[in-house]
Amino acid sequence: MTTASPKIFNFHGGLYLDEHKSVSTSRRIETAPIPAMLVLPLSQHIGAAAKPCVAVGDTVLKGQLIAKADGRVSSQVHASSSGKVVAIEQRAVPHPSQLKAECIIIETDGRDIAIEQAQTGLANYHSLSTNELRQRIHDAGIVGLGGAGFPSHVKLKPNGHQVETLILNAAECEPYISCDDMLMREQAPAIINGLRIMQHALHAKNCMIGIEDNKVEAFIALQEALGQSDDIEIVRVPTRYPAGGERQLIYSLTGKQAPSQGRPLEIGIVCHNVGTAAAVHNAVTKAEPLISRVVTLTGSGIPQPRNMRVLIGTPIDDLLAHCHANKADIGRTMIGGPMMGFAIDATASPVTKTTNCILVTHQRDIQKPATALPCIRCGECADVCPMNLLPQQLYWYAHSQEFDHIQDYNLFDCIECGCCDVVCPSRIPLAQYFRFAKTAIWQQERDTEKSNKARQRHELRLERLEREKIEKRERHNRKKAALKKEPDQKEDPKKAAILAAMKRVQEKKSTTGITPGNTDNLSAEQQHKIDEANARRANLNKNNNKNGP
Amino acid sequence: MLIAIITLLTIAVIFGLILGFAAIRFKVDSDPVVDKIDALLPQTQCGQCTYPGCRPYAEAIANGEAEINQCPPGGDPTIVALADLLGRDILPLNPENGEVKEEKTVVIIDEEICIGCTLCIQACPVDAILGAAKQMHTVIIENCTGCDLCIPPCPVDCIYIVPEKTSANNWQWPNPDEEIRTTIAGHSS
Repeated sequence: MTTASPKIFNFHGGLYLDEHKSVSTSRRIETAPIPAMLVLPLSQHIGAAAKPCVAVGDTVLKGQLIAKADGRVSSQVHASSSGKVVAIEQRAVPHPSQLKAECIIIETDGRDIAIEQAQTGLANYHSLSTNELRQRIHDAGIVGLGGAGFPSHVKLKPNGHQVETLILNAAECEPYISCDDMLMREQAPAIINGLRIMQHALHAKNCMIGIEDNKVEAFIALQEALGQSDDIEIVRVPTRYPAGGERQLIYSLTGKQAPSQGRPLEIGIVCHNVGTAAAVHNAVTKAEPLISRVVTLTGSGIPQPRNMRVLIGTPIDDLLAHCHANKADIGRTMIGGPMMGFAIDATASPVTKTTNCILVTHQRDIQKPATALPCIRCGECADVCPMNLLPQQLYWYAHSQEFDHIQDYNLFDCIECGCCDVVCPSRIPLAQYFRFAKTAIWQQERDTEKSNKARQRHELRLERLEREKIEKRERHNRKKAALKKEPDQKEDPKKAAILAAMKRVQEKKSTTGITPGNTDNLSAEQQHKIDEANARRANLNKNNNKNGP
Repeated sequence: MLIAIITLLTIAVIFGLILGFAAIRFKVDSDPVVDKIDALLPQTQCGQCTYPGCRPYAEAIANGEAEINQCPPGGDPTIVALADLLGRDILPLNPENGEVKEEKTVVIIDEEICIGCTLCIQACPVDAILGAAKQMHTVIIENCTGCDLCIPPCPVDCIYIVPEKTSANNWQWPNPDEEIRTTIAGHSS
C-alpha cells in the first residue's frame, strides 16, 4: 500500500514543460500488423553486438534465437515473427550518426508460427535460483526499455553489493512520450509481478515505484494490481522534467545521490523501467523472449497519435503508413522525445528494443533553429541544471575545446537533458556542445591508446630487428669458424659419402658410355616436349630469382 | 682552526657520500624531457620529420637539433602542445615535411594482386602487416598508423590508402561551432 504522504526530496533545477501526452493516451494500445520485412539490428543495446547464429536462407520461427550475446555485456536477438532470413547486411538503424549497422533481415511469411521454447513458463518464480532467473532474463534478450538499452541481466546482478532499494522508474517525464503510461494502465499486474521477480533476483530489501503525479490512471491501475500487499511502495513525484532521470528519481525517492560517474548500485540502489519489468514478467512466467514493445507514435505529423505494440524490427515507414501519416508532409522524424531524442533521416530504420517514441513533426511546425548569440553569463542554465553543474562554464571550455578543463567541471555527469538549452536567452545549443565534447574526449582517449600501442609495437619491432641482426651475425661467425676448421676435418663422413657417390657415377659413366639426358633416337614429338620442359624450368628459375628476398 | 677544518671536511664527506648514493640509487635512465615530448607525438613512426621514428625526433627536439613544426600527422595540436611543454614559440607546420591529412587513413592490401614479396612487411614500422614470402599479405587494420611507408616499396602497387572507417563506436557528434559557421557561410553566399 502507498503511504499517505511519503517524503519527497526535491532535486535541483528542472523545468515544467508542456506535456503533450494526452494526445496519444486516448486510445488503447493497438497491435501493429506484422510487416513484410523485419530488420533486426545486431546491436540494439549497450555493449558488444550480438553474433548471428542463423545464415541467409534459413527459415526461422517467431521467438527463435537469431543472434547470440557476445560476452557479458551484450544481449540476445530473437526473430520477431516467422519467415526466412533473406540477408545479413548493413542497413539504416535509428542512431544519431545516421550510420548503417549490421542487421538480420527476415522476410515474414505472415503465419507467425512460434518456436517451442526450451524452457516452460513458471508461475512460481521463487523455485528458481537468482542465477537461473538472470539466465532466463539474459536468454530472453531483455535490455532496459527506457531508452538506454543496458542489458538487464547485468543490472540485476548485485556484484557483492547489498541492494537496499529497487526502484521502478515509472516517471516518464519527457513530453509526448506515453508508452510507459499506457502499459501501466493496461498491464499493471504484469509490471508488479515483473518488479517482484526483479526484487527476488536482486535480494532487494525494499521496492518502490516512482511515478509522476500527472499519471493518475496509471497510478490507480498500479494500486489496484497491488491490492492489499504492502511490499511495494508507490510514490508520486511532482511532474517536473527530468523527474524520470535515474539520478533525479533516486534522489526524489530516497534523498541519496549516486556517486559522480559511478553507478547507483554503489549506494545500494538499482533502478529499472516499467517496460523492462513487464518484459521480465513475460520472460519468466510465459517463457517469451523480448520480440515486441510499446511505441508512442505522436507529433503533429501523425493524424491520430497513439501507442502501438510493435514487433522489434518493424520499419518505421510501415508504422507511419499504418497511421496514415502523409510522407510528403513530414518535416522531421525523431526517435525519443523532443528533449533527449534525435532526428533521423532514414525512416526505413526499424523499431529497436530502445525505441520508446517516434515523434513526427509536420513540416509547417518546423521552426528554423535560432542563431546562437554570445553567452551573456546570466546563469539561467545553472539554475535549471538538474545535475547541479555549471553549463556556461562547460560551454566555455567546449567552445574553446579545452577538454582538460571541461572535465574539472564534471562534464561526464551531464545527462544531456537539454534544460539549459530551453532556458538559454542566447539560444546556444548547450547540450549539443556537451555531446560533442564528450565524444571528442572519447576520441582523444582512443587516439592516445592507439598511439601508445603503436609506440610499444614500434619498440618491439626495433628490439626484434636488433635481435635478428645479432643472431645473423652469430650464425655468420659460426659458419666462418666452421669453414676455417674444415681443412683439419678431412674425415667428414657426409662429404666422404658424397665424394664416393660421385666417384661411382663417374666410373659408371666411363664404363657404360651412357651420357646423361638420354637424348639419342628421339622422335620430333619427344624433342618438342623436352624443349617445353626446359623452357618451363628456365622460366621458373627466372621467377624465383625475381621474387626471392 | 684545525677543529673547524676537520668539522667542515667531515660534513663535506658525509654530504658527498649521501649525494653519491642518491645519484646511483635514484638514477634516471632516460631523459625525462624526451619521454614527455615522445608522449605528445602521434607515434605514426612515419619519418616525415626526417628522423627514423617518433622517439629519435623527440630526442632531436630535446637536443635543440630539430624544430617543433616537423610533424604533419600531429599537425597544429601537436605543435601547440610541444610549444606549451618546451616554452617555445608556436610555428606553422613546415611544408617541407608534408601536409596535414584531411582525415585519418589506413592502408589495405589488394589480396588478389599481392605477390607475397614481403617488402611492405619490412617497411612497416609497427609490424601491422601479416604475411610470409610468397604468401598473401594483409594489413591488421587496428594496428595500422596510416604512415603510408609500405606504399613506395610495393612492386605491384597493390596497397591503397583508405579513410578510417566510422562506426557507431568511434562516431563523434559534430561540433556546433562548425555547424554555425557553415550556416553563416550558407547565408552570406
